[in-house]
Amino acid sequence: MAVLVVADHDNVELKDTTAKTVTAARAISPDVDVLVAGQGVAAVAAQAAKIAGVRKVLTAESDALGRHIAEALSACVMPLMEAYDAVLTPATSVGKNFAPRLAALLDVAPISEILEVVDPTTFVRPIYAGNALETVQSRDSKKIITGRATAFKPAEEGGSAPIEAIDPGPGAEHTRFVSDEIVKSDRPELAGAKIVVSGGRAMGSAEEFHRVIEPLADKLGAAVGASRAAVDAGYAPNDYQVGQTGKVVAPQLYVAIGISGAIQHLAGMKDSKVIVAINKDADAPIFQVADYGLVADYKTAVPELMEALTAAGK
Amino acid sequence: MKVLVPVKRVIDYNVKARVKSDQSGVDLANVKMSMNPFCEIAVEEAVRLQEKGVASEVVAVSIGPAQAQETIRTALAMGAERGILIQTDADPEPLEVAKLLAAVAKAEQPSLILMGKQAIDGDNNAVGQMLSALLDWPQATFASKIEVAGDTVRVTREVDGGLQTLELDLPAVVTADLRLNEPRYASLPNIMKAKRKTIDVKSVDDFGGMGEAHLKVLKVTEPPKRIAGVKVENAAELVAKLKTEAGVI
Ligand SMILES: Cc1cc2nc3c(=O)[nH]c(=O)nc-3n(C[C@H](O)[C@H](O)[C@H](O)COP(=O)(O)OP(=O)(O)OC[C@H]3O[C@@H](n4cnc5c(N)ncnc54)[C@H](O)[C@@H]3O)c2cc1C
Ligand SMILES: Nc1ncnc2c1ncn2[C@@H]1O[C@H](COP(=O)(O)O)[C@@H](O)[C@H]1O
Repeated sequence: MAVLVVADHDNVELKDTTAKTVTAARAISPDVDVLVAGQGVAAVAAQAAKIAGVRKVLTAESDALGRHIAEALSACVMPLMEAYDAVLTPATSVGKNFAPRLAALLDVAPISEILEVVDPTTFVRPIYAGNALETVQSRDSKKIITGRATAFKPAEEGGSAPIEAIDPGPGAEHTRFVSDEIVKSDRPELAGAKIVVSGGRAMGSAEEFHRVIEPLADKLGAAVGASRAAVDAGYAPNDYQVGQTGKVVAPQLYVAIGISGAIQHLAGMKDSKVIVAINKDADAPIFQVADYGLVADYKTAVPELMEALTAAGK
Repeated sequence: MKVLVPVKRVIDYNVKARVKSDQSGVDLANVKMSMNPFCEIAVEEAVRLQEKGVASEVVAVSIGPAQAQETIRTALAMGAERGILIQTDADPEPLEVAKLLAAVAKAEQPSLILMGKQAIDGDNNAVGQMLSALLDWPQATFASKIEVAGDTVRVTREVDGGLQTLELDLPAVVTADLRLNEPRYASLPNIMKAKRKTIDVKSVDDFGGMGEAHLKVLKVTEPPKRIAGVKVENAAELVAKLKTEAGVI
């Protein structure tokens, strides 16, 4: 049985979620191929070919694939399915968008956001905002799976898989790309960052969010996150949202500032190695998961923290 | 233009799910149930389209137990015109839900299906995409803005890194993300009015029946618990602990 990993990339760079997904795929089968579907993806494919344990890299290119249109991507993968028993892709906005569509075309049940491969047909996945873990066995001959990248270690580098171009498929007849609004940032990407600093509703304004959260993040070399309340109120852009319906992160260090710790927020960060919470309410639920809690007003605590970090040579 | 809105009855989002001790599932006995929050957002959007004169009729459909009528009533109180309940005590998988909804769509012929991106019980985030594939209609998931113009709909989607805007030919399937709108609370007069609206109660067999399960749940367990750590006195102590004890900075 062979597994196809559909790569996560932005046509320029391969995301490290791909190497993590290769690790999950290799727990299913030693025969792992990677598909890079996009536009102008030669460099991305070359990066994918270097992942150890990859048998070959397929590339498919078209405008619609370059825009990650789900209809185009599932139509591109469909004809390949004679050769594969499983498709694995990271649970990113692209993966979540196309994988269930592909599963329906194949008349199989998709398996969302797996955390563990128990055996080639059995998987563990979170349900109820991560308050329960479900172990499911698939009876389908083809398995379509999205994986939570934070749950898997990246496969090593050192491969040199051959690269082969394939037919991109028919594109998307009834779906047209209009525009993108991608936020450019020099900070590490939230999903893969080693340290994340997040701000909540307590910030009160976008200016305060910039003033308080960003310098602290930069001092720590951290990515910036936010609670839904902070995003809804316009203090931070939507893709900063950490939680059940935002990004799931599992950094070495997660710093929550002025975030109460609702279950939906915890769902996105409770697998972090070390959690720090700064909140003026000693009874805030975030303290129940925090390794280090500081009961204080962030207005004084964050400047003091900046100073203490400087003093510690940061 | 008719809009179909699939709505699911799920555990209320404020309630923390508890795993049953025999690992057979989550304990839902005597637990508060509500409409899935994302479905609520979808209903709100459909009702707004109706209020703007874009939609002519909003039909809410749910697959679930008899009590799912309450969920449909909520949609009716928010402004949907009528409801369909496909009554079953089984807990159908996303693939089966998508097949039943596809059969409803064939019977009802909506121009737009507006639904939640994810049900907060199974967290599958799958039915909309699957329904769109089965109907061979275009899809736009994770919508934060929807504009219908003639035979097309323009949807702004929340994606990793920012936003993407797509234009789809109708009929289409659109799934709602959190920031699409803020659902209204139904007013008392509208709740009263909703009691007189019709809900057609149907069976699974009216819409093609239900197939064999594709997935077998072997067990449902509790995730590893995090234990609360310590409270520190001040920022200096915090930095010291992070450096020496935790070794993360
Ligand atoms: C379907 C659904 C999905 C959701 N998905 C998500 C999700 O993915 N991610 C998410 O985050 N939320 C999500 N939510 C929302 C979630 O339920 C909470 O409403 C949200 O997380 C609250 O954000 P918050 O902690 O910033 O705000 P609040 O709960 O208002 O907390 C603010 C905190 O700041 C503290 N504070 C105030 N002033 C100060 C100060 N000066 N100094 C220090 N502390 C201060 C307060 O004590 C309080 O604890 C979802 C909700 C629903 C219904
Ligand atoms: N039993 C159901 N009845 C009606 N709609 C459903 C049902 N299950 C899922 N849906 C719809 O599909 C969306 C996504 O659910 P899911 O893919 O299960 O996370 C929900 O927000 C609903 O709109």
